[in-house]
Amino acid sequence: MRAADAIVKALEKEGVKHIFGIPGGAIIEVYDALFDSEIRHILTRHEQAAVHAADGYARATGKTGVAFATSGPGATNTVTGIATAYMDSSPVVVMTGQVARSLIGNDAFQEADIAGITMPITKHNYLVTDEKQLLKIIKEAFHIASTGRPGPVLIDLPKDVTLADIEFDYPEKVDLMGYKPKYVGHPRQIKRAAELIMQAERPVIMAGGGVILSNATEELTKLAETIPAYVVTSLMGKGAIPETHPLSLGFVGMHGAKYANYAVQESDLIIAVGIRFSDRSTGRLSSFAPYAKVIHIDVDPAEIGKNVRVDVPIVGDAKLILRELIRFIQYKQRKEWEEKVEGWRKAYPLRYRKDDERVKPQYVIEKIYELQPDAIVTTEVGQNQMWAAQYFKVHYPRQFITSGGLGTMGFGFPAAMGAKVAFPEKTVVDIAGDGSFLMNIQELATCVDFGIAVKVVILNNMFLGMVRQWQELFYDERYSATCLRCKEMSFEKIAEGFGAIGMTVERPSEVEDTLKEAFEIDDAPVIMDFRVDRLENVYPMVPAGAALNEIIDKEV
Amino acid sequence: MRHTIAVLVENKPGVLARVAGLFRRRGFNIESLAVGTTEREDLSRMTIVVSGDDFVLEQVMKQLNKLIEVIKVSDVSKNSVERELVLIKVAANPQNRGEIIEIASIFRGRIVDVARDSFVIEVTGDEDKINAFIDLMRQYGIKEVARTGKISMQRGSKALQV
Repeated sequence: MRAADAIVKALEKEGVKHIFGIPGGAIIEVYDALFDSEIRHILTRHEQAAVHAADGYARATGKTGVAFATSGPGATNTVTGIATAYMDSSPVVVMTGQVARSLIGNDAFQEADIAGITMPITKHNYLVTDEKQLLKIIKEAFHIASTGRPGPVLIDLPKDVTLADIEFDYPEKVDLMGYKPKYVGHPRQIKRAAELIMQAERPVIMAGGGVILSNATEELTKLAETIPAYVVTSLMGKGAIPETHPLSLGFVGMHGAKYANYAVQESDLIIAVGIRFSDRSTGRLSSFAPYAKVIHIDVDPAEIGKNVRVDVPIVGDAKLILRELIRFIQYKQRKEWEEKVEGWRKAYPLRYRKDDERVKPQYVIEKIYELQPDAIVTTEVGQNQMWAAQYFKVHYPRQFITSGGLGTMGFGFPAAMGAKVAFPEKTVVDIAGDGSFLMNIQELATCVDFGIAVKVVILNNMFLGMVRQWQELFYDERYSATCLRCKEMSFEKIAEGFGAIGMTVERPSEVEDTLKEAFEIDDAPVIMDFRVDRLENVYPMVPAGAALNEIIDKEV
Repeated sequence: MRHTIAVLVENKPGVLARVAGLFRRRGFNIESLAVGTTEREDLSRMTIVVSGDDFVLEQVMKQLNKLIEVIKVSDVSKNSVERELVLIKVAANPQNRGEIIEIASIFRGRIVDVARDSFVIEVTGDEDKINAFIDLMRQYGIKEVARTGKISMQRGSKALQV
């Protein structure tokens, strides 16, 4: 069998239903094989978007996303997509074409050492040098991408390998000497954790993306209720507990609510689950939760003790460990703590100044939440992302899809495409800024071409808003290179030019009706250009390098 | 603080680049690195000397363990036999030849090449011994030094195996 046909057959065996990508000379054989397959190929207009779409697909479904690109520039265009998936532990398999083996190293046309380039941003990668290893490698790649702490895996396919004649003997099992993720938590450590929890007077659970990856949201919620403990999440952990739950304090960190940050700082026990204590979540590490002991549950042992000193480390799968842990916990009322936190919650709600004249970005998001609380929401990066995180209350896992670790502008739109392809019956909204949306705007063509009816809400302030906010607060309002002056530019017309539907909103009174109208359209992508208050800032804010309780806020 | 780590890896192309890249990316400092095959042809063994405190050591070992092609990582800083091999080309003349040979023999070195005006001397030993020998040779004029980097093995019957 032609190796290219074997590749497609292997993907079918792995249960792949959708592939995002762009063909080219080095991968043309695989595309030829794909022509006869049931697998649906979505032709994106840029390889970066193909990987983001595969990543969005993976985050929305929990299944491994797949992207294709050709050699050279096709492959290098995938780099940002791969790094994004790597930082957020998203299972993605990227297959790239490569020049023929005899040409590798010759600086051949469209040759780039993509395996070398992506070494530090993949969980693992392969250059297939022997066609007899091809199927074993594909099997391993899907296994590695989706197990343990998930992550992207790249397979580089020299063109002559894809042309070779091979036997289709797809392996059933994977045996990797150096890769055996540990899932079951150490029983003694679990008991020690339970003891600490029972002793704690002010326990707080910090939940990260790992809770969602291990499908442990039910267990996490149950643990919180059993103790009881308040829950804060990282940005990646949004959805680990319904944010409407009375014990949820939303997300923590630089733009988290004050009550979430205060709770962490005042706690005497942090129960960290599937979270890696990024600087955006902890603030200044030396002042982080000064009174707290720390229990850290994570499937990746390298995360434990990396940033924060840990008293009880538990390596393993969050779901399995939480299930065990709950057995040792008895409910214990902690009235004083409860009153304290509820006091903060009441005193310091998330808020913004309402306005009848100018469209407030927070208001737009509140309205989206009101109209479509079940929508899958993706975001770009910057102010749009933080407002979305603050004002859209996520109530189920995999509902909120955002580039947390790498902070990739241009992620949200193609990720929304991926989510919509996975769940065509669901409303999928990309909450965008004007700067971010421009970074993958070409995907409008893909959406129109394939009838991917995502909704894009552009909070258009004609600025690189988050950078502008920093310049306002920390650089004496010296707005160096952050103004995207394009009053004459119309996203509405651009959308129409691509064959999508465009809308422009300038007044608060039009917000709700426009959203309603857009949400009723389910056969075409809709781009809504909300001309928002240009100088609106995201508050509260913990400046970079400050402690979590050193918060800047503005009177409303 | 310096630590010596022994790493068993799959004997495949690219593994060394992966390990070296990891050290660079995470900001760990390699002081020396030696690689060779083992009793099994599908496995190689690396000996890496890394500087840093215990926290750095822990991170290095954990991060190494995450690499798919890394099979075992062990801290062999203590209770180990440590050896390094050096080849030194040193200038020699009829007046000091005898002296050089004598010093080499005190270090249990071997003269492995003799030319009209130079020697190549081979010495093995731990790092201090090699450094001391190199220092002593300076007075005669060192032309070239090639060191293997340290390899290390723990004493006793316990073995680093798959």
